[in-house]
Amino acid sequence: MYQWDFGILWSYRWLFLNGLGVTVGFTVVIVVCGLLFGLLGAFGSLSRIRALRLTALAFIEAFRCTPILVQLIWFYYALPILAGVEMTPITASALALSLYGGSFYSEIIRGGIVSIDSGQSEAGAALGMTPIQAMRRIVLPQAIKRMIPALMNQSIIQFKNTSLVSVLAVPDLVYQSQVAAHDSYRPLETYTAVAVAYAAILIPLTIIVRRGEKRLAVSE
Amino acid sequence: MSEASKTTSKIEIRSLRKSFGSNEVLKNINLDVAKGGVVALIGPSGSGKSTLLRCINLLVVPDGGSVRVGDTRFAFGEGAKLPDVKTLAKFRATTGMVFQHFNLFPHMTTLQNVMEGPVTVRRMAKAEAEKLARAQLAKVGLAEKADQYPATLSGGQKQRVAIARALAMEPDVMLFDEATSALDPELVGEVLNVMQRLASEGMTMVIVTHEIAFAREVADRLIFMRDGVVVEEGPARQVIDNPQEATTRAFLSHFHRTGALPPANTAS
Repeated sequence: MYQWDFGILWSYRWLFLNGLGVTVGFTVVIVVCGLLFGLLGAFGSLSRIRALRLTALAFIEAFRCTPILVQLIWFYYALPILAGVEMTPITASALALSLYGGSFYSEIIRGGIVSIDSGQSEAGAALGMTPIQAMRRIVLPQAIKRMIPALMNQSIIQFKNTSLVSVLAVPDLVYQSQVAAHDSYRPLETYTAVAVAYAAILIPLTIIVRRGEKRLAVSE
Repeated sequence: MSEASKTTSKIEIRSLRKSFGSNEVLKNINLDVAKGGVVALIGPSGSGKSTLLRCINLLVVPDGGSVRVGDTRFAFGEGAKLPDVKTLAKFRATTGMVFQHFNLFPHMTTLQNVMEGPVTVRRMAKAEAEKLARAQLAKVGLAEKADQYPATLSGGQKQRVAIARALAMEPDVMLFDEATSALDPELVGEVLNVMQRLASEGMTMVIVTHEIAFAREVADRLIFMRDGVVVEEGPARQVIDNPQEATTRAFLSHFHRTGALPPANTAS
């Protein structure tokens, strides 16, 4: 029978905290950048200009249909050779995760926009609004409300995906726990603690999302 | 307003054509509406009357012909450049439209719905727009509903708010696209009542409707359309009471053509 000894992890607390800080900070960056890419992708895929539409669709499908782990490695090892730009592991992984998340955000945002009845933008147009005004004043405020639960869900996935950046030696929670596990010869305790840490952050978030979904269902 | 537009019609449509795919919905339509005139468009579904109405404010862009409202004229067809979005928006701001399904903005209160056009399109100051919006709501008898959301209103009230929203842009022309078709029968009267008052105030109106008795009372001209062409046209009473064409007679035989308007219970 295995003798658990979580006490041993206490001496690595600063390492864990450090890693957790990087993980959370990283999540904030890739959620914000991902949403920006998502907005661009969504508006691109809804554009009346064909070239823009095709570019956006190519971007969305390229990042939705390849594994994020492959993208991370490709951005760090292949892109610098192809584009001639050196990237730190942090930049490469932030870029890859933002684009990956952005492709999913795009689909959520696009779906939210097209779910609004066309009569709404028509009513805006009939009042004399330009398409941009109707989008900003009429369609988006309604669409965003519908998107929020799905966007929150995708952000939770983004948070978990940050664990992959450890393959590029970005010192996130997983990377630091690898260090601790090697040092202490206690991988079971270490990775159990890491799993608990992720869950401790995400479970409250999922509860908030579920509440939001319920509230939305009532107001519709 | 130029001298010329006083003598000529407010709306002038010439040789209008529109197809959706291989389906030709409008075939060479001509239409004139005098200033202050009320024209009713009737006909079976699929006759093209709603498409024609939507061509007047260019929500539907015609394939050929021309549309003039007031002093603004657009020509369509080969060689004609399509108007850009800014020009279109400016043009549409001068025409009000009321939809079958109201299309109120559900995320805004009744007051905000009516203020939206003046604030966003006419760049009116909020306080001034609110004054205007409250006046328009009072006009349709809904002043006390200003702070409610559309979801809490009855169908008839929603449509009256939609009329107030269109009127807040102070349009030259009002277009009604089956404004009472989605309403429960007992709510039709209050909407027709508002429309009738508007007509008597001299608003130029084009009304797509199935309310034949209303058209007979309120419209001065009536146009019967079928399969994308104008079959019969003339003074409303004359066409309804004494239709000349067989298809018009057949269509009108489905309706009660006379009688009082449904009672309106709008106390305003």
